[in-house]
Amino acid sequence: MAFFLQLVVTGLAQGMVYALIAIGFVIILKCSEVFNIAQGHFVLIGGYLGYTFLVPFGLPIWAALGMAIATAIIMGLLIERLILRPLLGEPVLAVIMATIALMIVLEGLATLIWGAEYKAYHGLLPTITLKVGEISIPSESLIGLIVSIICVAILMLLFRYTKIGLAMRATAEDLQVVQSVGIRATTVYAVSWVIACVVGVIGGILLGGVSGASVSLADIGIKAFAVVLLGGVNSIGGAIVAGIILGTLENVAAGYLDPLLPGGGLAQVFPFIVMIIVLVFRPYGLFGLVGIKRI
Amino acid sequence: MGLRTGTFQENYTKDMAIFRTRLHWGMLFALLILLFTCPLFFSDRILTVMTMMGISVISVHGLNILTGYCGQISIGHAGFMAVGGYTSAVLCAKLGLPFWAALPGGALAAGIAGLIFGLPSLKIKGFYLIMATIAAHFIIIWTVIQLRSITGGPDGLSVPRPEIGSIMLSSKTNYFYMVMAITCLATLLAKNIVRTRAGRAFIAIRDNELAAEVMGVSLWSYKLQAFFIGCVYAGVAGSLLIHYISFASTDQFPFMDSVWYLGMLIVGGMGSTTGAIFGAVALKLLDELVTMVGPILSAAVAPQAAASLALISQGLIIIIFLIFEPRGLHHRWEMIKAYFSLWPFSHQDESERG
Repeated sequence: MAFFLQLVVTGLAQGMVYALIAIGFVIILKCSEVFNIAQGHFVLIGGYLGYTFLVPFGLPIWAALGMAIATAIIMGLLIERLILRPLLGEPVLAVIMATIALMIVLEGLATLIWGAEYKAYHGLLPTITLKVGEISIPSESLIGLIVSIICVAILMLLFRYTKIGLAMRATAEDLQVVQSVGIRATTVYAVSWVIACVVGVIGGILLGGVSGASVSLADIGIKAFAVVLLGGVNSIGGAIVAGIILGTLENVAAGYLDPLLPGGGLAQVFPFIVMIIVLVFRPYGLFGLVGIKRI
Repeated sequence: MGLRTGTFQENYTKDMAIFRTRLHWGMLFALLILLFTCPLFFSDRILTVMTMMGISVISVHGLNILTGYCGQISIGHAGFMAVGGYTSAVLCAKLGLPFWAALPGGALAAGIAGLIFGLPSLKIKGFYLIMATIAAHFIIIWTVIQLRSITGGPDGLSVPRPEIGSIMLSSKTNYFYMVMAITCLATLLAKNIVRTRAGRAFIAIRDNELAAEVMGVSLWSYKLQAFFIGCVYAGVAGSLLIHYISFASTDQFPFMDSVWYLGMLIVGGMGSTTGAIFGAVALKLLDELVTMVGPILSAAVAPQAAASLALISQGLIIIIFLIFEPRGLHHRWEMIKAYFSLWPFSHQDESERG
């Protein structure tokens, strides 16, 4: 039982980070109907940015976080202006291929700047230890959980109470109406990319603090797609619930089934199996809008 | 696309012919003779590059039928190549079948894998299908690694040298001849598949799924046919790749290759057999350029510069083509041809351009 609970707790914290990354994806999708495959690579860049500002620059954690977020904002603006703006109104394949190409370029940049090496910065994030009965909650997981919850809360408030948040929700609802009342759709797109970059980078720093920054961080992004599909592509709440479900399931499945399989590595392929099952049986996810047309 | 002045279509056969004039036939034979005399002029290194180009062309033809003609986007093509490659490798190495029997075996296995992973396409499209095919790639590679007793798992599987009858295909020259022959056949077949009833059904499905269904095109049957044909091409390319290296490992089918084949299709121009060839050749040449420039750059800047140059150039070329030439090299080629055939009256109404 303790083993099971331990797996659940680890999965819960991991799932919250998945959810954070998935939210970035959902925001872009809702505002501009762009499927951003490069979301995982924002996480990768985030992991390395965290390393750069914490280790070679030696900044304190809050300053490093601020610098990383500032970099993410610039990155988001550049990406939107240079790659996505010229492709407005192009067919879905063109836009998706552009984000895939963006993913390749980001990986190339990470290789150029950081040498695609494993960079560890354990122990530089603040430590909190918590023990409930027999289960010890690892400090990194707890911090991941707390930061993710704070980020999600900020985003929720942003959407509810600010003008730009309202504009973003309106754009997601109906682009034509938004344009006719004089809201700049391009500003909304730019802000959505900035938010996606920022949450990706924060997710990257959280994950990097646990396992170090390396190219494999980008795979987490692909797992986030499974989260997005399970939650329903246009539901932020769905992304959170699905993130937690998938993170927990993945850990439990890997914990119990990996010893039975010769090659192991079920955790790597598990999200993809979930993805296929969701796509075949419930393509609009758990909480997505049930479209009348076929998606 | 117009014909030159003085070329007439007097009957149906002439209208349907791929090679219409003596000039076309002449150019075809000149090209074939040039292609098959390459080993006389070029070194083994260039022959290797050309063999790899041929294999890519076959694979991209399959993807073109699936994505360019039928509109079913697949980013799992390297995964299907792995199915074909591993099946023929296992048939050769474990069951001792000859190469000529293993090649179609691999193709068939890839086709069946395509049918299985094509099933979601009946229900979903666009982004969702992309995710399903990405998942297909990772599931296939994971399965190959799991089936350790058959495929050798992460250690790989060495394959005996291929031979047909008494001809050993181990030399680069012989293998080059075979790959080029198969590439030519595959091109001819691809060009003709899209002109058949099935090909026209694919185009109808791509352009408007609902309209196609209303007109009586069975989506169920034709989408799966497109997946089958596309993956059979991938299977052939995969087994040719494995037998060329005489060793099967999952490293030969990285996820990036799946993306890269789609990149070739975009650079070449979707929905065009010529475009598939242009794209595969152009991007393989780019790869070669990067391999040549990379070490120089690495020595000058930093050791990792070569790897990052490869990635950045690949990504940028796809973005540049998407933004500035979304119809690909094929379209550019048609424009150049039109320019010369219409000269000096090359000002044509924009709407009349093909």
